[in-house]
Amino acid sequence: MKVNYDKCLHCGGCAGSCPQNAIYLNDYILEFNERCNLCGRCIKICPVGALSKEVS
Amino acid sequence: MAAKRYDCDIVVVGGGPGGSMAAKYCAEGGLKTIMIEKDAEIGAPLRCAEGVSKKWLTEVGIEPDPAWICADMVGAIIKSPSGHKFQLDESQAGAEVGYVLERHLFDKHLAAMAAEAGADIMLRTGCTGVIKDGNNKLIGVRAKSMGEPIEIYAKCVVAADGFESQVARWAGMDTGIKLSDIVTCLQYRMTGIDIDAEYCEFVVGSPAPGGYVWIFPKGDNIANVGLGVQGTKCKLGADPKYYLDKFIAEDPRLNKGQVLEIVGGMVSTCPGMDDATADNLVLVGDAARIIDPITGGGICHACRTGMYAGKVLTECAKKNDFSKKALKPYEKMWRDRMEDKLYRNFMAKERLAQLDDKTIDELVLLIQDSDIGEVNVYNLLKVIKEKFPQVVEGFEDLI
Ligand SMILES: Cc1cc2nc3c(=O)[nH]c(=O)nc-3n(C[C@H](O)[C@H](O)[C@H](O)COP(=O)(O)OP(=O)(O)OC[C@H]3O[C@@H](n4cnc5c(N)ncnc54)[C@H](O)[C@@H]3O)c2cc1C
Ligand code: SF4
Ligand code: SF4
Repeated sequence: MKVNYDKCLHCGGCAGSCPQNAIYLNDYILEFNERCNLCGRCIKICPVGALSKEVS
Repeated sequence: MAAKRYDCDIVVVGGGPGGSMAAKYCAEGGLKTIMIEKDAEIGAPLRCAEGVSKKWLTEVGIEPDPAWICADMVGAIIKSPSGHKFQLDESQAGAEVGYVLERHLFDKHLAAMAAEAGADIMLRTGCTGVIKDGNNKLIGVRAKSMGEPIEIYAKCVVAADGFESQVARWAGMDTGIKLSDIVTCLQYRMTGIDIDAEYCEFVVGSPAPGGYVWIFPKGDNIANVGLGVQGTKCKLGADPKYYLDKFIAEDPRLNKGQVLEIVGGMVSTCPGMDDATADNLVLVGDAARIIDPITGGGICHACRTGMYAGKVLTECAKKNDFSKKALKPYEKMWRDRMEDKLYRNFMAKERLAQLDDKTIDELVLLIQDSDIGEVNVYNLLKVIKEKFPQVVEGFEDLI
């Protein structure tokens, strides 16, 4: 997952909503772990659109 | 490097209202209590519209104090999308919104009450996991305190970590929620706006799909203006921002204002968890998903559940038994006090979120013409039940 920290408000909403509990809000940084299955829920509901799938 | 070790009776994770009340009542009961908070300040960053009713404060042992009451409301206004208004005056409105708080100060006041009762508070201390012994028994939490790893051993853990609700999940419970039970919110604290400083305003319908717009005044020409969108109704990416900017741009009272603070956050709108306890673990407030599914008001629920947890843990300590069975009185206390209402409002939310603007207009007109007496969700649903029985079908017994 890619976080746009110019937008992220550190609200923790994505962490609380993730069905896999794959996100930890560590102070001002979001840490994603390997449980993320790219379901896209966090991207859909982030209030400011700070998340996107990493394109590699 | 070995993690520094702390030992206590109760470790409370999260320094919001739920955590502080739990810590206060545990410490008052004579338990050695440590409350940890991952942020550098209690009460910040703000994730709240700060509106509360007046009645419950004394119920949980909090004396109203002008130091953290920002504004006293004389009423509320409910608006339909096409502008039909339903205005409630002082005698009617008190039940759902009464004060607009200054949560930066309110939360600190509660934490100070916990400290005064004897609880230790550790800031910049984020829980990162739980500690279990060889028998899979929960015996404490791991955390990072000012960057250093620490371990806090306790007889019972209170998960008061708010909407993130991760402590319980690390301990093996399922606090996951359905997308339809998530409301994602954005709020601006605005200045230079032309609003009535004594009325809270709610706008329902398409301006905030599946949620509502709120304008909670914080003095002359300053207010929390925000809205929530139901998770299942998010279609655009950054939906709350889109709808909030649109709402403000189209409202002549607001569109010349400036923003002083941007607040994001989410609320759950399920009727609370099936289980808010496990062996050596108690969930309070938002972490237990105990929050009003219609209003999204959770401060009073967090305070009540925190207090109940503290009282029950004090009793548990006398027998040194913190098993799920011993924690049963906690489940009973919060359910007796709140469960029916949470379930009723959950069902009402499920229905109201489906209504189109035309029906909402009709509902607001209907309420306008009815003599409701004191206005709260219950009385509103009673009126709706008479004219629109389909809206309350399936839970009419609770109304
Ligand atoms: C936009 C918005 C508007 C709202 N408006 C209102 C309103 O007008 N009225 C109302 O009554 N309610 C409102 N609510 C709900 C209200 O804010 C919550 O119900 C209330 O704060 C719950 O209290 P709590 O103690 O359970 O959790 P919180 O107040 O969220 O406190 C949880 C604390 O735990 C900390 N924490 C989280 N994870 C960890 C960790 N791993 N380690 C250590 N600490 C951690 C957090 O930093 C936080 O300080 C609103 C919510 C939102 C999002
Ligand atoms: S939901 Fe969005 S704004 Fe909130 S913490 Fe996650 S990425 Fe940041
Ligand atoms: S994409 Fe899905 S699984 Fe991955 S972090 Fe977001 S919500 Fe969690």
